[in-house]
Amino acid sequence: MTQHTLLELALRSAAIGYVALLILFPLAAIAHQSFIGGIDHFIQDISSPQASSALLLTVEAAFITTVINAIFGTLSAVVLVRYEFPGRWFLNALVDLPFAIPTLVTGLMIAAIYGPTSLLGMWLQTGGVTVLYDKPGIVLAMLFVTMPFTIRALQPILIELDREQEEASFTLGASPWTTFWKVTVPSVLPGLLTGVFLTFVRALGEFGSIVIVAGNIPMKTQVASVYVYGEIESYNPQGATSVSVFVLLISFLVLILLERLTRPPGERMPRWWRWSNRSLATSIIRPSEIG
Amino acid sequence: MMRRLLIGSVWSYFALLLIGPILYLAVQSFDEGIAAYWREVTKPEALHGFALTFEITAIVLAVNLSFGSITALVLVRQQFAGRTILSGLIDLPFSVSPVIAGFMLILLFGPETILGTFFGTLGVKVLFAMPAMVLATLFATFPFVVRELTPLLQTIGTDAEEAARTLGANEWQVFLKVTLPMLKWGFVYGATLTVARAIGEFGAVLVVSGNILLVTQTATLHIYQSYVDFNYVGANAVALTLLAVSFAILTVLELAKAKAAATLV
Repeated sequence: MTQHTLLELALRSAAIGYVALLILFPLAAIAHQSFIGGIDHFIQDISSPQASSALLLTVEAAFITTVINAIFGTLSAVVLVRYEFPGRWFLNALVDLPFAIPTLVTGLMIAAIYGPTSLLGMWLQTGGVTVLYDKPGIVLAMLFVTMPFTIRALQPILIELDREQEEASFTLGASPWTTFWKVTVPSVLPGLLTGVFLTFVRALGEFGSIVIVAGNIPMKTQVASVYVYGEIESYNPQGATSVSVFVLLISFLVLILLERLTRPPGERMPRWWRWSNRSLATSIIRPSEIG
Repeated sequence: MMRRLLIGSVWSYFALLLIGPILYLAVQSFDEGIAAYWREVTKPEALHGFALTFEITAIVLAVNLSFGSITALVLVRQQFAGRTILSGLIDLPFSVSPVIAGFMLILLFGPETILGTFFGTLGVKVLFAMPAMVLATLFATFPFVVRELTPLLQTIGTDAEEAARTLGANEWQVFLKVTLPMLKWGFVYGATLTVARAIGEFGAVLVVSGNILLVTQTATLHIYQSYVDFNYVGANAVALTLLAVSFAILTVLELAKAKAAATLV
């Protein structure tokens, strides 16, 4: 064996060992714990009133967040790419901010400005809207932490999208509506789906900001991650495992669905295994993709 | 008209969701004066939290940069069975809730498990101590460096490295003098995201640390504890300090992005 392949082998073992220790072993541990309980326990755990209400609330809030994020994220991406206006550079730089702010700080900020002691909170309260310790607060927190996803997934595509294609379509006599559906939507759709699905998955797991703004009222404002935390604190690993595994399963299914939907026809390898080039973490705009 | 409406609604979206809450927290933190702010951030508990967060971030950054670049190199340059699985596993932490990540570590290193018993007989405390907190933070930040470096490695190819080897450079020289400089801004970008996430990590660290005052209480855990204890001034003061760090991080991110775009074009 030459020195070169020996080095390659050493590096490969280091990489695999590192990923196994950090990601594979912990996953195996929770899968193992889940198997010990068995399927009957699993169903019993997730269908208990408190767990099922937490799971339903989480999915519902994540869904609302995803819809709002899709609409305003698309709008923001289009406006940031296509219009020149005062403050454009500033807003564009701010998009990354939720990645840099600790989620717990996000929770404090939302609690402060929308809470009962602020002017805005008082005004909302007289209007009959409670944000804190209620669903609107949960959705606001989820919206804040997922804000960059749709915008950052769409921006590079919108920059690349040739306006000439749209103009050619107009010239050939297509109506703006036809142009939108036949030219703009198909090229933007994979990016939009990536942003939207990642928003949903990220919102499902959010903890730090929600634990502040939602309080911890069982059956009312308790989301899945807060429920899991409660189960851990009260030494009930089985209950924590079942709900965790259920949330993980939803996340993985959503990601697999995303892969199916965005894979170009005829491509051999699942794209979500090679998210390296666009997407993921999404969302962070790649330097090479800025004009 | 349409254009004005669209721009206006984007400004409102940003104002309601981002700018408003940030400004309000800043104003609130100084509600009781600068003296109160200073008293809160220089309390022993707060100072210990900052120091512990700094320590964890430094360790995580070092491990993540070294193993992250090795993993990226292996993924891009080597073909082997299980490569796609390895690549898929790397993205996983993005979709795992921090609380669940922490819980998985508890299940893995708990006193009744094989690993837990092993470290127990060695006398090494993993859970409710530094090792678990570092592991939890590593889990959360794992994809950043790898996912910044892989597209760069794909773009630059191996031509320059081959040339250096032909000219007699050894592997270490090739890496230090050829590969590393080309990856510079990718490293900066991945490192900055890692630092941001490490400083801000809360859920996973809360679960594995036990949140022990002056022992395993990081800056974010200190904010949480203050908030739970109704010390809102204290919570806001430390939160504002972390927020200032976030803005510094954002500046570095924007700078790295611009630099990388300039060098690539």
